[in-house]
Amino acid sequence: MGDCHNCPVATLPPPSIAARRHIVAIVGPPNSGKSTLFNRLTGLRQKVANFPGVTVEHRMGRAKLDANREVFVVDLPGVYSLNPRTEDERVTHDVLCGEMKGLPKPDAVLLILDSTNLSRHLVLAAPVLSLGLPTLVILNMADDLDRGGGGIDSAELAMQLGSPVALVSAAKGLGVDKVLQFLAGTTEGAARQKPLMELPVIQDIPKCRAWATNLGSNAKYHAPAPPLWTRRLDSIFLHPVAGPAVFVLVVIAVFKSIFSWADPLMNGIDAFTAWSGHWIGVLIANDTLRSLVVEGIWKGVGSVVKFLPQILFLFLFIGILENSGYLARAALIADRTMSRFGLQGKSFIPLLSAYACAVPAIMATRTIESKRDRIATILIAPFMTCSARLPIYILVIAAFIPHNSWYQVIALLGLYILGFVAAILTARLLKSTVLRSSRSSFMLEMPPYRWPTVRSLALRLVDRSKVFLHRAGTVILADGVLVWMLCYLPFSHEKFIETEHLRAELKAAPEAPDAPQVRQKLSNLETSQVEHSFAGSVGHAIEPAIRPLGFNWKIGVGLLTSLAAREVIVGTLGTIYGMEGTDEHSENLQQAIRTDLTPGGAAALLVFFAFAMQCMSTIAVVRRETGGWKWPAAQFAYMTFAAYLFAFLANRIVTAWA
Amino acid sequence: MKKRAAANATARNLTQLKRGESAILDRLDLPEDDARRLMELGFLPGHAITPGHSAPGGDPRVFRVDGSEIALRRETAQRLILR
Repeated sequence: MGDCHNCPVATLPPPSIAARRHIVAIVGPPNSGKSTLFNRLTGLRQKVANFPGVTVEHRMGRAKLDANREVFVVDLPGVYSLNPRTEDERVTHDVLCGEMKGLPKPDAVLLILDSTNLSRHLVLAAPVLSLGLPTLVILNMADDLDRGGGGIDSAELAMQLGSPVALVSAAKGLGVDKVLQFLAGTTEGAARQKPLMELPVIQDIPKCRAWATNLGSNAKYHAPAPPLWTRRLDSIFLHPVAGPAVFVLVVIAVFKSIFSWADPLMNGIDAFTAWSGHWIGVLIANDTLRSLVVEGIWKGVGSVVKFLPQILFLFLFIGILENSGYLARAALIADRTMSRFGLQGKSFIPLLSAYACAVPAIMATRTIESKRDRIATILIAPFMTCSARLPIYILVIAAFIPHNSWYQVIALLGLYILGFVAAILTARLLKSTVLRSSRSSFMLEMPPYRWPTVRSLALRLVDRSKVFLHRAGTVILADGVLVWMLCYLPFSHEKFIETEHLRAELKAAPEAPDAPQVRQKLSNLETSQVEHSFAGSVGHAIEPAIRPLGFNWKIGVGLLTSLAAREVIVGTLGTIYGMEGTDEHSENLQQAIRTDLTPGGAAALLVFFAFAMQCMSTIAVVRRETGGWKWPAAQFAYMTFAAYLFAFLANRIVTAWA
Repeated sequence: MKKRAAANATARNLTQLKRGESAILDRLDLPEDDARRLMELGFLPGHAITPGHSAPGGDPRVFRVDGSEIALRRETAQRLILR
């Protein structure tokens, strides 16, 4: 089967093979363990399927039945009914009826219900069974049912429903063999029995509920005792004083670990990129190509991969918070504050994550059901001071504010607060105009606490990293090449050869008597290279527009290259000032920018970076999560405008004051 | 006496229940879509609801209904009328 990795739509294989492939849909209410079962069945053989016109992504994978047979499994969103009122229900309904473009009608359905909450979940059985597809009713969390002293006569239930029933614990892996047996039976084309119980009128919820309760009692269902541990933990985590205290501690712990644990890993990747880049360069004979591959592609990719440890830790913590059930409690505690800004509690963790990187933060907004709240959160996430802004902040602050003084800390803190305030004000603006919600009610389900399984966390990490690396990576790769093209083209062979020659000379004899002159020569050469490149031309061209902000053409080049990724500016400035390979801690570089920036210009540069949208990866992810170009374009325009305006003001104010 | 007259005149809503105190839901004074979602979650007329823990300040609050715990904001809980 040609696995089409680039296809956005789950496409049909050619007709001759279609007959052998069967499609199974997994349906169920939220929190019934659909994802866990999906992961059990497909393992790593899964990918994201994007249905046309639908913003929420779904997963599709292959489950192995035996040595020869496989079925396609489609994971559908959690729904309580098939009323096409929300997008989730519409999509589920369309897929099950075969009305989803690009996906044939499923051959079988796995209806997964939480056996500890059966009366509520059985309601979904009515509309699903009435569709007439071969269905296996899976009573999940059977281990919890048993442990809590509950029980059910599954054979009786099967007779009442006219469909096979299986008691399963997807988390523990119990009973999954029965699921596979059912699927194997389906591929042979099993027939359905006639149900004993009449299916009720679907639209009427109370009647459906009465039907479900009746069904349960016929099958001798009794619910388990409520989980004690959840009550006990909640009396601490939702305690008026202890609750917020734990909340703050969790937030601090997540942050501290992300920044301090990730640091050594990031430095390691940096070193590796530089070292390996050198050796790759040795292998390439052609100068232009070598420059492109090492400086453009390899270093570009390295700059994205460098952030991967932070991203992974973030995904890991969000995963733990979500799977354990604590996330709902955190959202509860944060809700009051968030609603003052026009948002809701579920926006809290995504916005917090945005302090490390907006990309995983925006991906984490999937838990927000209200579409408008979700989009509002996505749009303001990039205002949070992400770690890519830190290099330029550190460079400018260190260059303009005396070392080791309190003012440095205040300046950095001030920038963090600035981002935060910008986010809040934008949220209020959005929610009172464009994204005003029709006062729809807020409701948040508090799942019972569970130990997150290593398996589910690992799969989630792999899945999220794949998405991050693919989306962000391809964008940054393209950007790396683009930036290279801007800075190194028109390519001058003589300059390039001389640069390499001088570099080799310095490397061979760094302490030689004429080393300083060699360094100076190299420096001048690098500056001249940039000045005569496309980027230099563009920098000169836009200089009139950015002069009111206190910037000259050199800063202009930096703004241009950092358009796709903020941290690039430090490297670009390094190159412009002939100090290639330096970073934000280099005193020489700090001194150099002092020659071109006034305090006003420095303030403007900081403010510009606080507000501007300079991250192609973010734009790519926003496009994906909002399903179109409208929102990312609006976001880009708004942030660019805000950046220009406030940088201009900053320049004016600081210049007048200094 | 005044208290009883007042209680008879206006039906109780969910926010007036004390923590741990149960009552039966009579109706949901909400737009249809919201009412459906709440009913799907278990807030059905005739079912018992018990308020539980809350965020600091009392809003939103967790309500135990039908074997699960759902948090609602005050403005929503006010529209759930008790028998």
